[in-house]
Amino acid sequence: MPDANPSTAGHRENDRSGATAVAIRNLSKSFDDVEVLRDVNLEVKKGDVVTILGSSGSGKSTLLRCINWLEQPERGSIHIAGERIGMTDEGRAMSVKALARVRAKTGMVFQGFNLWPHLNVLHNVTEAPIHVLGKSKHEAETHARALLEKVGMSHKMDAYPNTLSGGQKQRVAIARALAMQPEVMLFDEPTSALDPELVGEVLAVIKDLSAEGYTMVIVTHEMAFSRAVSDQVVFLEKGLIIEKADPETFFTNPSTERVRKFLERND
Amino acid sequence: MSNWEILWSARDQFWVGFLRTMEIFGLSISVAFVIGCALLYLLEGSRPRLTVPLRVFIDGMRMLPFLILAYLLYYGLPSFGIRLDAWWAGVGALAVYHGCYIGEIFRGSRITFPPGQVEAAKAHGFTKGKMFFRLILPQIVMQTRPLLGNQLIYALKDTAFLVIITVRELTAAANSLSGTYFIPTEAFIVVIGFYWAVSVVMEVIIKQCGRFSAKRGFDNA
Repeated sequence: MPDANPSTAGHRENDRSGATAVAIRNLSKSFDDVEVLRDVNLEVKKGDVVTILGSSGSGKSTLLRCINWLEQPERGSIHIAGERIGMTDEGRAMSVKALARVRAKTGMVFQGFNLWPHLNVLHNVTEAPIHVLGKSKHEAETHARALLEKVGMSHKMDAYPNTLSGGQKQRVAIARALAMQPEVMLFDEPTSALDPELVGEVLAVIKDLSAEGYTMVIVTHEMAFSRAVSDQVVFLEKGLIIEKADPETFFTNPSTERVRKFLERND
Repeated sequence: MSNWEILWSARDQFWVGFLRTMEIFGLSISVAFVIGCALLYLLEGSRPRLTVPLRVFIDGMRMLPFLILAYLLYYGLPSFGIRLDAWWAGVGALAVYHGCYIGEIFRGSRITFPPGQVEAAKAHGFTKGKMFFRLILPQIVMQTRPLLGNQLIYALKDTAFLVIITVRELTAAANSLSGTYFIPTEAFIVVIGFYWAVSVVMEVIIKQCGRFSAKRGFDNA
């Protein structure tokens, strides 16, 4: 059975063993005639935090959404903890069931929160563990309480999403994704829909997670945050990764003119 | 004996008719709800080979006068070797007819269902069936509650048509009493009272359910 203790859940506690959590190889994707991803390669090590930067339309959200197959790439492969998502090893489309099972190894946090409004906070968090992972109600609720504590939302356990602020919703959404004990957490612009004064509380939670060793891929526009939490920063431009570096190098001495310009504008 | 006294002495007939009406209504609207849910489920996802015939079927039903459907089931089916008694023909006609309406109500609400929630469900490893029954359907039902309330009342009133196919329900009781004693006005006023009473009770219940959904932010209370 999966470990119900969130601090050690998913064996991410300072796990820097070098195992690969996400491997993206030669990924290409078009919408109609527009190539949004072009031969993207990216490896995310277990315990690492990778932030993906780039201007709007650069393909960064699409890249993230390919990782859990919400978007289907035309070419290339993605492996989550060694298991290919979306396609079988023979290159056929995965069965719906198999896809759902691999997807459950990822946790996703959306820009628009996407909480389920008919369920209260606690049940938003326990819904998938009970009905997808098959956990007992008791086990799922114990875990959920601990996670809600972690994101500072345990006082709102019985509240419904419509009564929460954006920042609170997003923290619940983070707990909901963590409850799947995923191999990797995917964040799709988690603070872009928030009022400025609420951004901090969500970033603080994500920072805590990075300190705990969770593997995360984060699409964001928050430069200071990216610099603070990342092990690796990736810059996408027109579907190409044009810069991939540790945050220190990326933010102080980028190798491309494009990134230098981007950083100047976003200073 | 005044007309009202005559009706009072025949109260058993009204009562029996009323119970029969409620029986038909309760059963047929329950089945109709299940049919509506089933139609919504079958319309999920892109299966054009299924979607087109279903849409044609739903629209066909909605454009058909209910009375004609009841006639068809009761008088028409026997020529295909299927003989339903009046009660079952009535229940069947009501269930299918209102099932299609409910399906259409659900479909309209499904169109505006936030796609992000479906994505969130997929991202959390939900497959179609569980996603539908646990996440989509409950919200659609809460969202469409006022329309479903209306449909309940339509269905209740449509049970009165079944007098035509010889179902001995409430309107049939009034019909027979008015014919026997030549007191149509009073007999039908009594029947109206019954229909109104049931409708009012349903309205109140549906309103109460609205508190449940309003608490969850479905602003249709």
